[in-house]
Amino acid sequence: MAINWFKYSAPTTFYGLAGKLIPFFAWPAAILFGIGLYIGFFVAPTDAVQSEAYRIMFIHVPASILSMFIYLIMAGYAALGLIFKTRLSAMMASALAPTGALFAVISLWTGALWGKPMWGAWWVWDARLTSELILLFLYLGFIALQASIDDPRRADRASALLAIVGSVNVPIIYYSVQWWNTLHQGSTIKFSGSSMHIAMQQSMFTILAACWLYTIAIALMRVRSIILERESGTQWVKELKEVRV
Amino acid sequence: MNWSEFFAMNGYGFYVWGSYGLALLVFVIEIAMVRHRRTLALRQLRWMNESGDAQ
Repeated sequence: MAINWFKYSAPTTFYGLAGKLIPFFAWPAAILFGIGLYIGFFVAPTDAVQSEAYRIMFIHVPASILSMFIYLIMAGYAALGLIFKTRLSAMMASALAPTGALFAVISLWTGALWGKPMWGAWWVWDARLTSELILLFLYLGFIALQASIDDPRRADRASALLAIVGSVNVPIIYYSVQWWNTLHQGSTIKFSGSSMHIAMQQSMFTILAACWLYTIAIALMRVRSIILERESGTQWVKELKEVRV
Repeated sequence: MNWSEFFAMNGYGFYVWGSYGLALLVFVIEIAMVRHRRTLALRQLRWMNESGDAQ
């Protein structure tokens, strides 16, 4: 068979590189989670209005931010794969989707547990909450669409289109608190004159950084498996020391 | 502040710990699933190598 494997060399080199990079993201993620939670629970003071319930913010806000950013990165990779036919980009999009979906789940769940004591309702059909729920469905649709098409390249193309079209939802989530009258409070992070106590900000930003590092580590771990699955049968995979018999 | 007060979260313990508990559970499950996927992929590849060498 006259197949030029160099043409597809990107996954080959990336597999090893990703493996080396994982600990540099995973360990700092674990340490920053620890520091962020310590500040959030032992340093940050009790809130005057929301008492201790506001501490849900330290996970709710980072998870919500990540659920939106991961979607945009996923759609970006999907678009790159669609335009340039680079196979690794499509694999990265697939590797990011489950993590994004899980952050959307955390965002919705912690939001419900925060909404119940503060608003008196687990759920309201308001713009912010509904658009975040749609985001979760877009992730699930992306994953399901990819799983339902046997040919990986066709699956990549179809799911890339869904990802790109769906990305219009992200600015809707972001601006929903300004565009519509909503029960959800406005942006927590403001770049000028934030009303938050300094320890509250430190905790939130530390956990946000931890979530970013976690996302990178877990996506690299997942993409390595995706590479192995898709490149199975190639010579370089056969020669990897972890699969040699 | 003692520990029982800390866990009570001034009456919001269920909501606060329910939030962090689920987040932790999600992370633990995701890490387990990713590791399991790698184990399966490697097992499949070793099996392919083995059957390829036998021929």
